[in-house]
Amino acid sequence: MAVIIKNRQVANNTWQLLRAGGEQTLPAVPPTGDVIVSLAQWQAQKEALLARGGRLGVWLANTDDPANVAADLKHFAVVAVDFPHFTDGRGSSIARLLRERYGWQGELRAIGDVIRDVLFYLSRCGFDAFELKTGEDAQAALSAFDDFSEAYQTSVERPQPLFRRRAAASPVVS
Amino acid sequence: MYIYDEIDQRIVDERVAQFRDQTRRFLDGSLSDDDFRPLRLQNGLYIQRFAPMFRIAIPYGFLASRQLRALAYIARKWDRSYGHFSTRQNIQFNWPKLEDVPDMLAKLASVQMHAIQTSGNCIRNTTVDHFAGVAPDEIVDPLVWCEIIRQWSAFHPEFAYLPRKFKIAISGAENDRAAIQVHDVGLQAQYDDKGNVGFRVYVGGGLGRTPIIGTVIREFLPWQHLLTYLDAVLRVYNRHGRRDNKYKARIKILVKETKPEVFRAQVEAEWAHLKDGPATLTEQEVERIGKRFTRPAYQKLDPLASGYVLAAGRDKAFASWARRNVHGHKVAGYAAVTLSLKKTGIAPGDVTADQMDAVADLADRYSFGELRVSHEQNLILADVRQSDLFELWQQLRELGLATPNIGMLTNIIACPGGDFCSLANAKSIPVADSIQQRFDDLDYLYDIGELDLNISGCMNSCGHHHVGHIGVLGVDKQGAEFYQISIGGNQGNNAALGKVLGPSVSQAEVPEVIGKLIDLYLARRDSEAERFIDVVRRIGIEPFKEHVYGGHHKKPAGREQHVAAA
Repeated sequence: MAVIIKNRQVANNTWQLLRAGGEQTLPAVPPTGDVIVSLAQWQAQKEALLARGGRLGVWLANTDDPANVAADLKHFAVVAVDFPHFTDGRGSSIARLLRERYGWQGELRAIGDVIRDVLFYLSRCGFDAFELKTGEDAQAALSAFDDFSEAYQTSVERPQPLFRRRAAASPVVS
Repeated sequence: MYIYDEIDQRIVDERVAQFRDQTRRFLDGSLSDDDFRPLRLQNGLYIQRFAPMFRIAIPYGFLASRQLRALAYIARKWDRSYGHFSTRQNIQFNWPKLEDVPDMLAKLASVQMHAIQTSGNCIRNTTVDHFAGVAPDEIVDPLVWCEIIRQWSAFHPEFAYLPRKFKIAISGAENDRAAIQVHDVGLQAQYDDKGNVGFRVYVGGGLGRTPIIGTVIREFLPWQHLLTYLDAVLRVYNRHGRRDNKYKARIKILVKETKPEVFRAQVEAEWAHLKDGPATLTEQEVERIGKRFTRPAYQKLDPLASGYVLAAGRDKAFASWARRNVHGHKVAGYAAVTLSLKKTGIAPGDVTADQMDAVADLADRYSFGELRVSHEQNLILADVRQSDLFELWQQLRELGLATPNIGMLTNIIACPGGDFCSLANAKSIPVADSIQQRFDDLDYLYDIGELDLNISGCMNSCGHHHVGHIGVLGVDKQGAEFYQISIGGNQGNNAALGKVLGPSVSQAEVPEVIGKLIDLYLARRDSEAERFIDVVRRIGIEPFKEHVYGGHHKKPAGREQHVAAA
């Protein structure tokens, strides 16, 4: 079974990701098992998807607006965001919006061209699960979460920016 | 000079380790060329015409003497004993070996320097007025804000992979010396009527293929909101900026295509969510950053006792240099001094390792151990006692760094061009040299007066040709190098883009065309006070065009060929 990284550990991937084939039609949904469907498929087949057995997830393309899925989040066990290339940073903004604006608390999975060198950034944007691109060694990639021990900015992982945490650690004596 | 604390240092050290590992994986084949490329670019490493080019950040242009000595060390040990200061207050080395770069980074980290985000589609080095903190016309000292932005932009998790590069510039003075209107974001620091600091925010300016002057999207942004507002601007850009065509991917195109008013509304809508959030700046943080800056311990000096004016009266050469290369200072008895890196025969912005060491010594002796790099590719000693000027000048002369041409035609801004850069259509350095040779006579140069001449080797416009009073752009015509001349550009408060004069000319003809532009200017100016740019504005481009190409004047050779090819 293929593996993913979940909560900084290698884990089995129990989900089947359904992507459209070249002809742009919606892929067939297997009758059982956990599936992650595209936003378009969710919007087209909501009732059928909810009626089937097995858990449901949705994946967003880099061009999808997370606002369009915000009201439906309660139906999903996983939300995934696709990176056609790791240098397409749109997925990072989508992740932060899902976490910080639309309140998504469940698994947020990065899929597509995900390499170890972006794990530190992506986890700070709120991803807690990563389906690495083919050929990447998940076990070896785990150390990338610790590439840096600190960061200046606000993030999903640490909403307080460094300057506020620093100030809390050593309050100014006036 | 901002001094790192333990965390700042640790982050830079961890970057060295990260890049060392990435380089190792690339060299052993486990990281592909395609995947390594964007990673190395975010560390300033290009693969260029002959070798990798390595760009090191000089945050907002500030260097301590110990840092300049480290650059000299790097130049000797891993390069060819010289470096090139770029138009973005960075330094570039043209001949490093890829496998040496991790060690070069480690050396840099040991003096609180790095190459973080000096290239790639991310937030680049923030640039500032090179007279920040000392300029007599300064309203707000912008340095604290520069450092706050440096920290916010370093490894920002959401904006590491933008559609395209993103450049921020800040000015806190009446006269904009940081070209803020031609940056992705330009910030003008100012006070409101209650004495609170804030920023006028320009967005969507830029040079390159589609030069655009930035639009003001916020007249006054109170300082507390600086980072949340920048987050909002960047988020709108990251989500909606074009990624289908790299030539249309800068924020200026997004602003233009969505219309500035609509873009502003999108930013405001995003900001409504972020405003007053945890990234809102606090007085405590601004104070903390401010205290980590070393500030010169100025003495109380009597400017009249400096002897500087007397020396200028005795020595004509010193007087010329003092007039051109010495600048006013907000503290009585001090001056800022520009070390010209524009000596004829030397590529603009190039400095040898020996010069770096010597300048570091001069900085220690005369300017509190600090110096700056200007976007005009010169070095600046910002805090020199006026009584030391004559002595300093004598030493600079020996080093070849006292060319008295600041603000003059030969203070040419030029990119590395086709001699080094793989993007360039044409060479820049020999063109700069041929122009400098033609205008080498100082009396003639001074008679011409203030004039900015900028050269770019291609449309990427690293040499800022659009905002030169005279701009020279290298173009490729059927495989041959030609140059398009424009006039009427201007940087600063009255930023303007130059207009193309006419068909492009060969390299050999460039000095002659510049000469004709100058002849017409000298003939048409109403007094010595009327600068070249003023005359272009008053009489327009047509008389210049006529004088260069028109009727009774010989057409530049090769012209017909380009017209036919166009």
